[in-house]
Amino acid sequence: MTSPSDGSSPGPPQEPSSVSPEWSVQHIVRTMIPLLAALSVLQLVSGSVLEGYEATLLRYPALLVLVPVQIGTAGNLASIMCSRLTTQLYLGTYEPTLSNPGVRANVVAVFALAATVFSAVGVAAWALGAVLGGGLDLGRVLAISLGSGMLLAVLVVTTSIVAVEASYRVGLNPDDTTIPIVTNVCDVVGVVILFGVVTLVL
Amino acid sequence: MEGRQRARDIYRQALPVVLLSLVAGLFSGTLLGTETMRTSIERVPGILLLLPAFLATRGGVYGSLGARLSSGLHQGVIPPQITLDRRIVNAIVASFVNGITISVFIAIITYLTLLVSGAGGDLVRLVGIMLVAGGLSAVLMLSVLVVVVFVGYRRGLDPDNLIGPVVTTLGDVFGVAFLLVGIRAVEVIL
Repeated sequence: MTSPSDGSSPGPPQEPSSVSPEWSVQHIVRTMIPLLAALSVLQLVSGSVLEGYEATLLRYPALLVLVPVQIGTAGNLASIMCSRLTTQLYLGTYEPTLSNPGVRANVVAVFALAATVFSAVGVAAWALGAVLGGGLDLGRVLAISLGSGMLLAVLVVTTSIVAVEASYRVGLNPDDTTIPIVTNVCDVVGVVILFGVVTLVL
Repeated sequence: MEGRQRARDIYRQALPVVLLSLVAGLFSGTLLGTETMRTSIERVPGILLLLPAFLATRGGVYGSLGARLSSGLHQGVIPPQITLDRRIVNAIVASFVNGITISVFIAIITYLTLLVSGAGGDLVRLVGIMLVAGGLSAVLMLSVLVVVVFVGYRRGLDPDNLIGPVVTTLGDVFGVAFLLVGIRAVEVIL
């Protein structure tokens, strides 16, 4: 694994030969590429949804404005929720039920964050869309962003609790594996939800 | 009561980061909605198809570099200055290789998806666009991230708290912009 001289001796900067394999270019590339490739394939699912709605998106720029926010925010909220639940798990105060005070506080906070963020996003996307030449009124943009946003909050809360519980039972460290997976799944499902709501509203 | 206070604290702590990424997302959404970008989406098959993968994998590539450097600093195996230390150089080179490799990979799977769905794409053009966009992203993200991690650490900030917001915000702000540069550059060359 590590050579005897590795990093442990306080001396001048390390010689090339003393660098442990974990810090070699080949090791980093070999461990990361399979994961990155799998995530890219997963993201193609949201790409296909976007491609399927190309005509609608080009007609209403307000919806294009919504897309990157929607791709990012679900994952963002999920990573906040997961890391907080994981910390609770380590502290021994976690249990997978809504009557647990810590879990409930997190759930309430995620819903409040979603309501704040997606109202702001709705108004901003409508205004930007109007400037870019769209024909969608405020009511419909707000219905799309807030409607899909609150559904996202439900998704984030459910997935986070299930994932933290599952990784605990299987014995995986939630910090290493759960958060990247949950973040990406929420991003992909977030886009699917967005266009589900778009279909309902338009 | 106590539970309500706790929820309020979480809300207050998380809101600034979430709002920051929202502003960045709106910026890139606005670029996406511009006339120029809409014309490109219409003209080049596959742009919308590769967009989510392109935006998301950069978090995976550069977020993990940040986490690696940060762990190295905390463990004391890398010096707290930006030097030509073997480990720092290796980590940066590996992230660059990862960023470029995954960009080409995304171009290829996008092309294959277009082929299967019968939409017909142009592999050379897609690879060219992703090489330009991925290369520019790599140079920008690597330089900013390395500076933020080391300067933050020396100022007594925990790099772990800086990496997430920096990667998301920069990625969002420059992602769509670099994609547009890639489309334009390939248009000129091909």
